Amino acid sequence: MSHFLAPVFEPAFFTSTTVQVALAVGGIVALVAGTVGVFTVMRGQSFAGEALGDIGTTGGSGAYLIGVGPLWGFVAISVVAAGAMEAIGIQRPRGRDLATGIVLGAALGLAALFLYLDATQSNTTGATVTILFGSMFAIPTSTIPLVVVLSLTVVAIVAVLYRPLLLSSVSAELAAARGIPVRAVGALYLLALAISVALAAMTIGTILSTALLIGPAATALRLTRRPGAAMLAACLIGLGCTWLGIVLAYDSYAWPPVHVGWPVSFFVVTIIFVLYLLSGVSSLWRQRRPASHPVAPVESVGAGDR
Amino acid sequence: MFSGFMINAWTEATIIAVIAGVVGFFTVLRGSAFVAHAVPNGAFAGAAGASLLGISTLVGLGVFSLFGALGIGVLGRRGRHDAVTALALVFMLGLGALFVNLSMEYAPEIYSLLFGEVLGISSNELGPTTVLAIVCVVAVAVLYRPLMLSSVLPAAGEARGVSAFRMELCFLTLVALTTTMTVPVVGTLLIFSLMIGAPAAARSFTDRPGHALVLSVAIALITVWLAIGLSYTTNYPVGFFVGTISALSYALGRGWAAWRRSRASRRAGLAAEATGAGT
Repeated sequence: MSHFLAPVFEPAFFTSTTVQVALAVGGIVALVAGTVGVFTVMRGQSFAGEALGDIGTTGGSGAYLIGVGPLWGFVAISVVAAGAMEAIGIQRPRGRDLATGIVLGAALGLAALFLYLDATQSNTTGATVTILFGSMFAIPTSTIPLVVVLSLTVVAIVAVLYRPLLLSSVSAELAAARGIPVRAVGALYLLALAISVALAAMTIGTILSTALLIGPAATALRLTRRPGAAMLAACLIGLGCTWLGIVLAYDSYAWPPVHVGWPVSFFVVTIIFVLYLLSGVSSLWRQRRPASHPVAPVESVGAGDR
Repeated sequence: MFSGFMINAWTEATIIAVIAGVVGFFTVLRGSAFVAHAVPNGAFAGAAGASLLGISTLVGLGVFSLFGALGIGVLGRRGRHDAVTALALVFMLGLGALFVNLSMEYAPEIYSLLFGEVLGISSNELGPTTVLAIVCVVAVAVLYRPLMLSSVLPAAGEARGVSAFRMELCFLTLVALTTTMTVPVVGTLLIFSLMIGAPAAARSFTDRPGHALVLSVAIALITVWLAIGLSYTTNYPVGFFVGTISALSYALGRGWAAWRRSRASRRAGLAAEATGAGT
């Protein structure tokens, strides 16, 4: 068996601690991102997810500046930024992109300052690349407990909010009519989004964290309309892409012409993008056939509640 | 502050502010902030790829921003627009990460691509920027009416024979052009602040589209000039000031709009209706 798999897994793949940590953290993060991502796509808040990831740059560079772990910086700044977006008005459909954009612009300005200070004062020139593009093979083992705690927090929030969140994501009016505090649910969800983006930012970098969040979820939602099934599919797709990306990146150290090792982030993102395009072909093919799911998600949720 | 090399910075920044103000106005009007973020950000990969191949950065930026923008437009027709935008963006960024890794770029170069290097502009960058700026302005002038109609009332536009999809592609091409000319100067991440902050602020000050367009350009100009002046005197990165001033101008605009609303509602004595409309 191991002989058969030798061309796939380069020597010492399974015995290296670095790889084990990367597989563990990447896997956990992919599961969390898949769960939250389904709601992000359903609520049309991809931009918020993307922006929170980018804003993580500010937190990461600030963390380097004061000398704490970057994950703390990611989490702190994402939560603050999510609060600011909520305050400016992310809950209104028209103001949504604008609220996100304004907060993003301001935060990126700060990121420019922090990265500049990192480079000039604390002499950590590698910070820019590490923060922006992640370094899955450079995650310290000591981060794992924090990752687990944060992941459980996110999963707990989603589990508690599941039904009201689903209803308010599909139809805010319907949810409000049923007495669900739509804004509070949205704000709590934004908190969960902020934390999961921070986690993703640590593994595949701030500007690519969106890939894990949106990609598997958007693909899953094209394959199935049922939210529960979509969540499961998104988790599986995310997990598969992340692990495959790690394997390929590890292998790539041996690839010609230059033995430099291609970034994990590149593989993860590319696999996710290809899967999304493929899922488009499959949904196109399904639309040609007579609709096998005549029930739109709005009605199915409403009917289930009645 | 106004010596030799700084003249280039001032001229270049002025051109960019005008274009960002104009194109940004349509971006805010169409609610396409995400695209305005995605295209410049993704074009970063083009710049990184160009430096890997040893060709002009401008070519790389142009190719990637154009293909990225049109790709978003075409793919967004089917499926969720924002998810497609996000995925196209991260795919381009993933390529960027690969190019950066392969070419073993140094961090300062990546930093300057992302956050701009307005104080290091040479006079031979002015030519292409000017040409692209003129193309942008002419395109907006030609497309002004249909683009405005299709942005505000897409359904009415369709009824009058203005295809919303075609206008979307035109708009995306405009964003790509703007990206190509601005990214080498102000960086991928900060052209966005300029394209969103200034027009959003302008729209809070006035409801008339024509006025808002002019005001948007004016605010963008003030933002850039202030940012360069402050950056020159304090030595901090210009992007920091662009981002902060843009956000401040938007906050001012929101404050002004809120104050005007409350005054109007007091005058009309319709406070109850105003709170009803506000929710």
